[in-house]
Amino acid sequence: MESLSLNLALYSPEIILSITLGFVLIVHMISKSNLFTFLTALVGLVSAGGASIAIQSFAPQFFFAGQLSHDPFSLFFKLFFITATFFTFLFSYRSYEIDEERGAEFYLMTLAVTVGMCTLVSSINLLSLYLSLELVSIVSYALAGFRKEHPASNEAAIKYLLYGAFASGTMLWGLSLLYGFTGSLNIYSINATLSTNSLNPLALYSVVLMVLFGFGFKISSVPFHMWAPDVYHGAPTPTAAFFTVAPKAAGFAIFIRFFYTVFGNNSGLPDQWITLPHVDWAFLMSILSAITMTLGNLCALWQKNAKRMLAYSSIAHAGYMLMGFIVLSKEGLTSILFYLVVYFFMNFGAFFVVGLLANKTKDEEISSFKGLGWTSPWVAFSMAVFLFSLTGIPPFAGFIGKVYLFSALVQKEIYWLLVVAILNTVISLYYYTYIVREMFLERPTSDKPLLISPLHTFTLILLVIPTFVLGLSWEPLFKYISNSLQFIVTP
Amino acid sequence: MLFNFITDHLLTWIVFLPILGMGAILFLPKDKPNLIRWTSAFFTFLSFLVSLQLCWSFNRAEAGLQFVEKMAWIPTFNIHYYVGCDGLSITMILLTTLLSFLCIFASWGIKEGVKGYFLMFLLLEAGMLGVFVSLDFFLFYIFWELMLLPMYFLIGIWGGPKKEYAAIKFFLYTLFGSVLMLIVMLSFYFYSEPHTFDLIELAKPGILKVKDLNIFGIALSVVDFKKVLFILLFIGFAIKVPVFPFHTWLPLAHVEAPTPISVILAGVLLKMGAYGLLRISFPILPQETYWFSYALAILGLINIIYGAFCAMAQLTLPQEKGGNDWKKLIAYSSINHMGYVLLGMAVFTTEGINGAVFQMFNHGLTTAMLFLLVGVVYDRVHHRRLDGFGRELFTLVPLSVLILLFGVYPMPVLNLMKASLDSLLTLLQAS
Repeated sequence: MESLSLNLALYSPEIILSITLGFVLIVHMISKSNLFTFLTALVGLVSAGGASIAIQSFAPQFFFAGQLSHDPFSLFFKLFFITATFFTFLFSYRSYEIDEERGAEFYLMTLAVTVGMCTLVSSINLLSLYLSLELVSIVSYALAGFRKEHPASNEAAIKYLLYGAFASGTMLWGLSLLYGFTGSLNIYSINATLSTNSLNPLALYSVVLMVLFGFGFKISSVPFHMWAPDVYHGAPTPTAAFFTVAPKAAGFAIFIRFFYTVFGNNSGLPDQWITLPHVDWAFLMSILSAITMTLGNLCALWQKNAKRMLAYSSIAHAGYMLMGFIVLSKEGLTSILFYLVVYFFMNFGAFFVVGLLANKTKDEEISSFKGLGWTSPWVAFSMAVFLFSLTGIPPFAGFIGKVYLFSALVQKEIYWLLVVAILNTVISLYYYTYIVREMFLERPTSDKPLLISPLHTFTLILLVIPTFVLGLSWEPLFKYISNSLQFIVTP
Repeated sequence: MLFNFITDHLLTWIVFLPILGMGAILFLPKDKPNLIRWTSAFFTFLSFLVSLQLCWSFNRAEAGLQFVEKMAWIPTFNIHYYVGCDGLSITMILLTTLLSFLCIFASWGIKEGVKGYFLMFLLLEAGMLGVFVSLDFFLFYIFWELMLLPMYFLIGIWGGPKKEYAAIKFFLYTLFGSVLMLIVMLSFYFYSEPHTFDLIELAKPGILKVKDLNIFGIALSVVDFKKVLFILLFIGFAIKVPVFPFHTWLPLAHVEAPTPISVILAGVLLKMGAYGLLRISFPILPQETYWFSYALAILGLINIIYGAFCAMAQLTLPQEKGGNDWKKLIAYSSINHMGYVLLGMAVFTTEGINGAVFQMFNHGLTTAMLFLLVGVVYDRVHHRRLDGFGRELFTLVPLSVLILLFGVYPMPVLNLMKASLDSLLTLLQAS
């Protein structure tokens, strides 16, 4: 049974995560202490991370009978999700929104989402793809409604559920049509059939749109974004931070893998793709990208609630990242992955500071930031770093991320989208500085500094430093990401 | 040994001394404002000293770049830490270090948030100096943007009554300009063969191979596309200069900023736009700049006339209508003076450029001093109404005011006269 053990080895990050999931429950039952549960979850995550680093030495291959693919692309994302979950746990510990006695529930559900995402990014079969996507979605609905006593949280859960069910239903329909057309569930065989047999373009186009519904929902691109502000606003802040980063990245990962493999072909040049004839989804997505960023930014301008503002900003950032998606080149994909990493630090960081403040004020209104720069300069400084980085101002990492996205566009000479993106950058400065203004330009109402635990201080430092360092020296990360883009393995 | 280490990397030292100063201040206790002030004075003074040394060892007989340092920064993107200076930048470096040093003393009156203030101030100085020494477009851009952050805070926190509006307006305006510059920067990179951000390399003929462009079926020939690139770049710089339609942020920012920051704004920041035109537009897109020179001259004229009229209006307009403000008067006169700089550049002769650079330096010095004086007067009488001073002004600031005022309104003997004259004479020659 050599191959079984190999398959299991390649699946070890997910297995470890699932075991941790069980252990979290057991430890919580025995010890009744949140601390032990928390530590168990962290240990599990670290070992899953270690496992996904260790299995990098295996050659890229398909496993579990061609259901999943082991390649640098999925490993990159697995590490990404595990890190994101790790930070979410650090964030959630002693958060006012996560009750002590319900900590285990929180860890359990978040870990389940992580398992789902890890499987999702390596799926190359419609069945495993759909199943793992549903694992991510269904647990997310519960997570969004985690604050049972809070009406906004309940509203978030039900909205998420209804919208999500609709989206995945539509996608499932698209997938089943795809199966009907091609007679295969494997994305490579589907692509082979689609590119040799000429299908009715209208039918193919509708399939693309239906599938797009599901993925667009995950990455919260317009017009599938309506759920996002309410869900991010209603969900507990650690979960909201997690949602804006991890499932979005998972959405992007599978979006890239699916569209580039199924609806795209190598153009003959190395690292360049072309869309299937008659189905110019790249152009469609470029329009969606322009609308997504513009709408996200314009809506964020009016927000008075920090969480809601960041929710809209995360929609805008999905729009930015789509710019890398539509250029159909390796540079574009590299820039998306790079941006995701940078976006993780800055966006998660911004949510983290909002959460820290909310632990004290019990709400996330921007007005509660008033004078933070005078009472707790370091926290406010970190927040300013995250916000300016989100705007894309050097010397922070966000700028470099944007430069790569923009340069992918310049390389393909898609200047109209570049101009839209650049105007959006300027618009976004206005609302990001709104918080900065409250923090530094306004004087505090009381002199009491914000008290944060050493653990949270440590987390904050872990988030700020990369936001700085990646803005000054990003070569190693960039090289790593460049190497992670071999997601098309030949069986 | 140590001396050699300094002299080999003069430019790096000039730029990074203020940043070292930031590091030092960071560890100083908050409740010892004087210590913080003197530390920042020390570091700006060091930077000034090094820049004097730079001027001393600068070989005037030699054309081209000196004190060049080049180091790979991001090899995969071909970005270098590439600094160097020539006659143009050395003037600006000297101006910057001198004014920064003086402004530290003008900042002595800042009582609130002293630590933050000086941290931001030093960061601002490093950003400005970085712009003047960078020879790599990417590095240039980073420094260019690096200035925005401290400027926003310096105006926004320590400014006058409308500081928030002034700060965000400045920020939005200049960010808009610089993102347009970003487009040009990236296009330069991808159209150059081999791909490079090196400003010297890009200026060599044949490196930049711009291609025809087709946007939604509308064809854009190489010539037109290069013109578009020039215009984008020009808007980026014009906002900083500021050239006529983009000038509205300037009076506001000048008036609301605290005195030392007004000095820096007028003295150094305005020069950056003109410097950028001379450093980037002229060498890299010479034909397009030439094509634009008439427009540039006209814009310069508008700046001169419009700025002068606006400054004059300060004398007649009552305070309620936004007039009668000494600082605003100087701000508008800066617009007027930058018009001469543009005019000098637009004539495309050696004398014209010389005059423009000379004017840049002189305007930097005189206007800066005027702002300082206004600051001194304001500290004592707490208003800036032009009609609010009688004879007592003479008892406050006797002769120096007059000398400076006449320096701004070109009088023979005084330095600005020479510069303005240079610009005008060459214009006559050219026409």
